[in-house]
Amino acid sequence: MKKAILGKKIGMSQWFTPSGELLPVTVIEAGPCIVTQIKTKDTDGYEAVQVAFQPVKEVQVNKPTRGHFAKANVKPHRFLREFRLVNIAGYKIGQEVRVDLFSEGEFVDVTGTSKGRGFTGVIQRWGFGRGPMTHGSKYHRGVGSLSSRAGARTFPGRKMPGQHGRFRRTVQNLKVVRIDTERNLILVKGAVPGPKGSLVTIKNSVKA
Amino acid sequence: MEMLKSVEMMQLRQDIPTFKPGDTVRVHVKVIEGTRERIQVFEGTVIARNGGGVRETFTVRRVSYGVGVERIFPVHSPRVDKIEVMRRGRVRRAKLYYLRSLTGKAARIRDEHR
Repeated sequence: MKKAILGKKIGMSQWFTPSGELLPVTVIEAGPCIVTQIKTKDTDGYEAVQVAFQPVKEVQVNKPTRGHFAKANVKPHRFLREFRLVNIAGYKIGQEVRVDLFSEGEFVDVTGTSKGRGFTGVIQRWGFGRGPMTHGSKYHRGVGSLSSRAGARTFPGRKMPGQHGRFRRTVQNLKVVRIDTERNLILVKGAVPGPKGSLVTIKNSVKA
Repeated sequence: MEMLKSVEMMQLRQDIPTFKPGDTVRVHVKVIEGTRERIQVFEGTVIARNGGGVRETFTVRRVSYGVGVERIFPVHSPRVDKIEVMRRGRVRRAKLYYLRSLTGKAARIRDEHR
């Protein structure tokens, strides 16, 4: 990871390019994140930068965390996350990470927690077809066959009902359409995992 | 929500005249042919405005060579060079889809008196 920032998903909208194309965009309020700790090989065994996002009242943070913020001389924040960056040399405690980390036209990967749908059946979860609902049918939304007779067992990885959504997911190669440094907004082309208001991580793209 | 609105507000064009369904407008559209860009004019009656904010569109209908042609333009698109309002029409509904089944004299729209 070369660079990363935390953000809050605001929602989706549309954006006109100067040539008149209408792009689907996700608006993310990214940063400012404040560096609270720098982990090094000597002290922690690995290298990482810890950042805080979304300031909160002091009472909303428990005492140990409060102490951790006090040590870095940073106001309490809702989220603390670590980025294992390739180069941590440029970071200092108390430093702000802002949206200008990224530039327009760049490609990013966005990680978030997808919308939770609970325990769902196989139709919603895997897109299976259903049986007839009427005409004497007793087979409505079931899982169907689990294997062939020759298979004689259920093979691992069989698609079945279960938890759907609320997983950590990354969407790769989203183009940064616009950066608003004044309001700390970043507009990326396409959808981003998670509901509105959820925490997302924007990283440099690993593939582009 | 307000944040999302303000992002959309940034894109709204201020140079668009007010026009309503029933009005006759001349829409100047930028057309890109290969590398050249030219302006095409489409004149007709506004029969609907749909959506809001940046997503707002309007439908223009004209009858050319006996064939009804309808084009839908996004109001705030940069491809719409300009919109000229030629006539204001008096209509009693927001969507004039009934014009599709009318021809000739019956498809006329009364001018608005003010």
